[in-house]
Amino acid sequence: MEPSPPQDLTGMASIVTGLDSRAVASRAAASPVTQDSRWVRWTLTSLALLFLAFFLVLPLIAVFAEALREGVRAYFAALVEPDALSAIRLTLLTAAIAVPANVVFGVAAAWAITKFSFRGKSILITLIDLPFAVSPVISGLIYVLVFGLQGWMGQFLNAEHPWFPWLQTWLYDLDLRIIFAVPGIVLATTFVTFPFVARELIPLMQAQGTDEEYAAITLGAGGWKTFWRVTLPNIKWGLFYGVILCNARAMGEFGAVSVVSGHIRGETNTMPLHVEILYNEYQFSAAFAVASLLTLLAMVTLVLKSFIEWRHARLRYAEA
Amino acid sequence: MSVAASRRSVLPGFGLSLGFTLTCLSLIVLIPLSAAFVRTAGMSWTEFVAAVTSPRVLASYRLSFGASFGAALINAFFGLIVAWVLVRYSFPGKRIVDALVDLPFALPTAVAGIALSAIYARNGWLGFLDPLWGSAVAWLDRTIPGIAWKEWLGVQIAFDRPGVFIALTFIGLPFVVRTLQPVLEELEPELEEASASLGATRWQTMVRVVIPELTPALMTGFSMAFARALGEYGSVVFIAGNRPMHSEITPLLIITKLEQYDYRGATAIATVMLTASFLLLLLINLLQKWSRRHHRI
Repeated sequence: MEPSPPQDLTGMASIVTGLDSRAVASRAAASPVTQDSRWVRWTLTSLALLFLAFFLVLPLIAVFAEALREGVRAYFAALVEPDALSAIRLTLLTAAIAVPANVVFGVAAAWAITKFSFRGKSILITLIDLPFAVSPVISGLIYVLVFGLQGWMGQFLNAEHPWFPWLQTWLYDLDLRIIFAVPGIVLATTFVTFPFVARELIPLMQAQGTDEEYAAITLGAGGWKTFWRVTLPNIKWGLFYGVILCNARAMGEFGAVSVVSGHIRGETNTMPLHVEILYNEYQFSAAFAVASLLTLLAMVTLVLKSFIEWRHARLRYAEA
Repeated sequence: MSVAASRRSVLPGFGLSLGFTLTCLSLIVLIPLSAAFVRTAGMSWTEFVAAVTSPRVLASYRLSFGASFGAALINAFFGLIVAWVLVRYSFPGKRIVDALVDLPFALPTAVAGIALSAIYARNGWLGFLDPLWGSAVAWLDRTIPGIAWKEWLGVQIAFDRPGVFIALTFIGLPFVVRTLQPVLEELEPELEEASASLGATRWQTMVRVVIPELTPALMTGFSMAFARALGEYGSVVFIAGNRPMHSEITPLLIITKLEQYDYRGATAIATVMLTASFLLLLLINLLQKWSRRHHRI
């Protein structure tokens, strides 16, 4: 079996992530015949910039303008208010669980997919991609169907003659709440961010091949040592790229988390949900104050992402 | 070839990594997703059909599919221009503009929703557009009667149908640009030079040579933007007004059903949407294959 080229592994998500697919260096149109006339260039550039200004720049400015509308004091008061603080804590906690879980899964999946050949590989990649195709609302709904009171777990707990009586008793004693509680939020977040790191690593590790690992093994290194000393240094930037995108989504997810959270103030509200509550209560500047934190996160994400892409392009240029 | 195969088998961890991958995939993705289908399979056919074709649900499909399609079209048009400008021209601040295109991926949807509704609300920065839109629709209504213009286009921008369209355009914006950029970068300048040397005008070269080359990628980007818009919830609910039968999108209807403890109804609609998403995913994969074959030649 010929190992398939990395391009064949891209799916829907290759756009969302896809460090390798993005070449930053633009090809300068060399000859005058391929150059557009000045007024065409001018018109198209203004049209593009105007469109982006209306749809991207204006919302960015609006967030900060609305947040500071009632002054700096009100801005910070909205951020240190107890419910806001607890929302920030929950968002950080969720990301602190979902992102590392995603890293472990992504590295394992990429290792299996790129270092070995087996049947059904492309189906596996499509399945890993599935969460990107699912509406956030449905991502939350399916967890309600599994863990909710009306769901499989609820039916099992209330069954008179369950399959595993000991499991039922144990779950009853445990009194584990998943839906409308923190575990559900973490699970839904893990679902929606599921493909991020794997999608990033698979094309990268495919391109790198297995020669270096093979050399390490031949020289007597063990499996883990090979991974830590050879593979990880090779993929660290791709991994970091996947992590920042995964983190942005984990902290900002709204639809899925909204379905499973139950919106209990100070308990199961993440930052995006807190924004919604404040907004619906007409506390606009407080809502925008919390939203401005999320906007800053998005901007930092974009800066880091561009930095890694720039570095990657430079490395590729140096190699060529 | 056999050397390569035996080399790969020398590396350890196949069982562990594949086993772990499959376990996670099943527990987090496959089993929960199957719950939606298993639950739906438990419904009778007539019950299912009644749940997914009630007038309110049908109205939400029309809005969701229609607005997503319109937003994806606008994104295809402007995405082509943005990608072209970013690849072919240079201007100050280009790197920042290029980075900014990904904003809809990075900005939480709820933040996008409240920001857009603050801008387009009547007292917002672009609130002056609101009465203009209202009079334009009223004019259409008078001039071309027989079509329910006010029903189709809404009478204001924020908290009505145009708001849905604006939010969906925002979240689908990066897809077309990001699918076109690599294709444009690899487009051989020789193609355009040959076309020009054979006497084609610049316009003919664009329409006959460049656009056909870009078509597969353009369609891929369009389908991705459409698929994403179809499932979108966070940015839309703040700006849509959410009037039943008029400006209520399908994902919102799922949530409404859940809040009324109508789990069966919610699951049935979710199954319809999931099927639509999976079909779109299939289409996108086929389009990408076509696109790749197209550019290998």
